[in-house]
Amino acid sequence: MTIRGAAHIAGAYEHPLRTIPHRTTPQIHAEVAVGALADAGLTLADVDAYFCAGDAPGFGPLSMAEYLGLNRLSYIDSTEIGGSSYVAHVGHAAAAIAAGKCSVALITLAGKPRTGGAPPGGAGRLGAAPEFSFEAVYGTSVLTNYAMAATRHMHEFGTTSAQLAEIKVAASTHAQHNPDAFLRDVVTIDEVLESPMVCDPLHRLDSCVITDGGGALLVVSPEVAAGLARMAPVILGHGEAPKHTDNGRIDLTHTGALWSGPRAFEEARLTPADVDYASIYDSFTITVLQTIEDLGFCAKGEGGRFVSDGGLQSPNGRLPFNTDGGGLCNNHPTNRGGMTKVIEAVRQLRGEAHAAVQVPDCDIVLAHGTGGSIGTRHGSATLLLGREA
Amino acid sequence: MTTDHGAMPAPDPVPQDDAAPYWEATKEHRLVLPRCTSCATFIWYPRGFCPACGSFEIEWIEAPGTGEIYSFSIPRRGQGAYRDAAPYVLAYVELDLPAGATDGPRVITNIVDVDVDTVRVGQRVTAVFHDTESGHALLRFRPS
Repeated sequence: MTIRGAAHIAGAYEHPLRTIPHRTTPQIHAEVAVGALADAGLTLADVDAYFCAGDAPGFGPLSMAEYLGLNRLSYIDSTEIGGSSYVAHVGHAAAAIAAGKCSVALITLAGKPRTGGAPPGGAGRLGAAPEFSFEAVYGTSVLTNYAMAATRHMHEFGTTSAQLAEIKVAASTHAQHNPDAFLRDVVTIDEVLESPMVCDPLHRLDSCVITDGGGALLVVSPEVAAGLARMAPVILGHGEAPKHTDNGRIDLTHTGALWSGPRAFEEARLTPADVDYASIYDSFTITVLQTIEDLGFCAKGEGGRFVSDGGLQSPNGRLPFNTDGGGLCNNHPTNRGGMTKVIEAVRQLRGEAHAAVQVPDCDIVLAHGTGGSIGTRHGSATLLLGREA
Repeated sequence: MTTDHGAMPAPDPVPQDDAAPYWEATKEHRLVLPRCTSCATFIWYPRGFCPACGSFEIEWIEAPGTGEIYSFSIPRRGQGAYRDAAPYVLAYVELDLPAGATDGPRVITNIVDVDVDTVRVGQRVTAVFHDTESGHALLRFRPS
């Protein structure tokens, strides 16, 4: 069985705010759910499948199904692989729809790390993890571990800080056109390199923003999509994989995209050369560089050259990426960027990205999520979407 | 127990029962690694299960305590117990194994007793142990 053409993304909604003091986290889940349903032209009563991850409070899908008033669910999935969860959820929803388990799947994300409240999902359980006493006691953080991946990539391939900075420059060039973006100022390579070193070799401007926010998606069957007025991009392929420390033999120069990417391309019967636009998870600049190589847009070790000279800038770069400004500039709601990656990919296929960054004749897009840390363990999920099957 | 580690804190580990032999050995400043008695694979992080063959039969083997830096980073601002420790060096050190075994595990650790700006990938390092309040000790490394 394949999910190629088996489901469509009929609704997508990104919360417009980056600080949301006036709403609770469940309220933000509800706000984005209603937003995505309105985008699709559907209502809460149409939803028969619900997906959420570790950011959902309480008992996850059970608490949220009750809060949202979802009373006819025949399918639930709370796959938790950090910020990549929501990209995986789209693939899981398509598979469930293809198997006849459901026909309207709602996926939500929400949280408010900027204004306080509950920490990002999962953090409270890490102390019980079997690896905890071999890592955290040494002063690790998400930042320190991504920085170790950057050091090794630089050592093996000669990647430079200036090449990493090109990625932030491209994101900021796009973000200037997004009125909702958290950071809208265009920055230069020198400004990235002159920003404070937060953890060698990464600078402050190599890092994503921290924002309140949320987003939601609706994945529907072809029959449901056919009855809707809105253009609903079709799901062509999906792949996912965990990557971990592999019994002490971790290779810090690649991500799980090395495995999730080919699975998605094979299912979609496409190659990297077919992709018109890519949403690439950008927790840090190094995340983007390694992922681009792993997905096959260039050879391993060539990422630095690939992103140079505006390689990622839309619409004229080699691979237009993250035209909303990405997690580096626009939004990284509750430290989980996979949702917004899919939403901007949908905008590109609908021709609804900002005119300055819309890719002309955009037919095939990729969205990739990386959840956790490429320095230790993370989830990878890759989606390929098209205007038509 | 309080020991002078310079500026580096030594937070207590939370040993899991199946890693107890590793932590007991640290009390004597010895490094022991779990090895599968069925397939002879060295296991990291320490646990009572072999991820290579599925066996629960584990023996604990003394390691030389030397290795080489595989990668590192230098936090310029610490968090939690490390709030006042920055800058410090976080690293993956690839351990030397006993008796000619190769492809040692890459373990997360700190490089200490070093000017942080001189640390390099490939640098040879030697184990030191920093005692924790709980009576265990953290495996760290200094330049050889």
